[in-house]
Amino acid sequence: MAYSDKVVDHYQHPRNVGSFGTSTDVAGRPDVGVGIVGAPECGDVMQLQIKVNEQGVIEDAKFKCFGCGSAIASSSLATEWIKGKSLDEAMSIKNTQIVEELSLPPVKIHCSVLAEDSIRAAIADYRKKNGLAAEAPAAPAAAH
Amino acid sequence: MATKLPIYFDNAATTRCDPRVVEAMLPYFSEKFGNASSRNHKFGWEGEDAVELAREQAAALVGANPKEIIFTSGSTESNNLAIKGAAQMYAKAPAGQQGRGHVITAVHEHKAVLDPCKRLQREGFDVTFLEPGADGIITAEMVAGAIRPDTILVTIMWANNEIGTINEVPQIGRLCHERDIVLHTDATQWVGKMPTDVERDCVDLMSWSGHKMYGPKGVGALYVRRRKPRVRLEALLDGGGHERGMRSGTMNVTGIVGFGKACELCRESMEQERERLVRLRRKLETELSRRIEVTQVNGHPDKRLPHIANVSFGFVEGESLMMGVKDVACSSGSACTSASLEPSYVLKSLGVGDELAHSSLRLSLGRWTTEEEVDFAIEQIVKAVEHLRTMSPLYDLHKEGIDISKIQWQAH
Repeated sequence: MAYSDKVVDHYQHPRNVGSFGTSTDVAGRPDVGVGIVGAPECGDVMQLQIKVNEQGVIEDAKFKCFGCGSAIASSSLATEWIKGKSLDEAMSIKNTQIVEELSLPPVKIHCSVLAEDSIRAAIADYRKKNGLAAEAPAAPAAAH
Repeated sequence: MATKLPIYFDNAATTRCDPRVVEAMLPYFSEKFGNASSRNHKFGWEGEDAVELAREQAAALVGANPKEIIFTSGSTESNNLAIKGAAQMYAKAPAGQQGRGHVITAVHEHKAVLDPCKRLQREGFDVTFLEPGADGIITAEMVAGAIRPDTILVTIMWANNEIGTINEVPQIGRLCHERDIVLHTDATQWVGKMPTDVERDCVDLMSWSGHKMYGPKGVGALYVRRRKPRVRLEALLDGGGHERGMRSGTMNVTGIVGFGKACELCRESMEQERERLVRLRRKLETELSRRIEVTQVNGHPDKRLPHIANVSFGFVEGESLMMGVKDVACSSGSACTSASLEPSYVLKSLGVGDELAHSSLRLSLGRWTTEEEVDFAIEQIVKAVEHLRTMSPLYDLHKEGIDISKIQWQAH
């Protein structure tokens, strides 16, 4: 299978590989949110860690990925895109944007979904640690 | 001398046609183009002589009588003819009924054996799919345990195409002969690499292919035993009654000439090639295991073909590994390029965990593999695994002493 140049570039020079400490270290840090999605038996595991400052901006992001070249590229790209964004801005990133940016073929769309899920999981973890609502406060819900 | 890239480590998929084989074939395209079945003129006789020489060369490689060799289009056809042809011939009840007889095979056979067996199941035959041990081998004892009074056919490959392990075919053959059961073996990866004697090894039907042994693609053979016992088959292709009525269709003279020449060359060089390839494969396996932690060589360590290595690397994924070893043309143990994302069913049948089955390489060497190429492959694989492990969350967990299999993963 031929990979797009961007996928190959992220594979060869992944951005922001790493973590802010071992799984035990980061579990105790309120400024770090961790998202781990996928499963080894499915051939994909993505780990995304975000470091959030007091203004609620993602100051730094690190990823690790067990998966195919497209999965590595999707998670590498995700870290580039969320750095400097607010949590809500990061939440609005869609997998289709990743598909487009990396020219992923249809069989690799699940890699982009996994990357989107890892962003959401990391943000959810950060919010949970800090007792924040899952979503930004919305207008009062209408009666169902 | 600089190694020419990419290097070819996929000889279990196909081999380069030996230039001596090509040379032998060339006259049979335009000069000696006769139909081997034309009995009335020189053109036909030339073709027939060439086919009969090839039949002798093929028979000599496997200890058969030339009359016992049927030429086909390759192993897939040979397997289909052997399995379906024998089952139909020895069926215990007519078509349309159940209980037509029992067939024994194994779960990690090639699809060209499994799919014909599954068709037999739909057509009223019972099929037992044996499971190998962790070493990948099907033993005579396993077969003996599955034999029933209505067993008519056993089909067990001589050596496995993905992991290279060797099944106990001669012992299974003796067992079958004692009980009047027909034994077919798919010997595609075996013949030409290992000494074969269908008499000594009690084989009744045996498939092999030209292109796995430095011959052309599109031609293969089926050995069909003629005496003690005489094995009969119902043909798949009806027509002009070629090949003793078992395989109608104009003979592929050019291909058959190449096939015969390839058999002859294998017979001449087998001993030397085997020693050389065993040494190179061992070097590959030993160095990879020594330099990369959590590496597993799949299949029995010694009861294996000289040229096929199958190695799993923990904590890295197969397809990304293939990307990292782009100058080494080889196969991944996982079928990730298809949408199914299923790891290899062969490795799974050995009890190799899903995550290791996902991260395995099949490296298969051949007649032109050099030591420099082996050294190059080792360096590139080591580098790729190290690169991927710096990115692998599973490797981090391993270093922290966490058992990955105990984690509750969020599977998609």
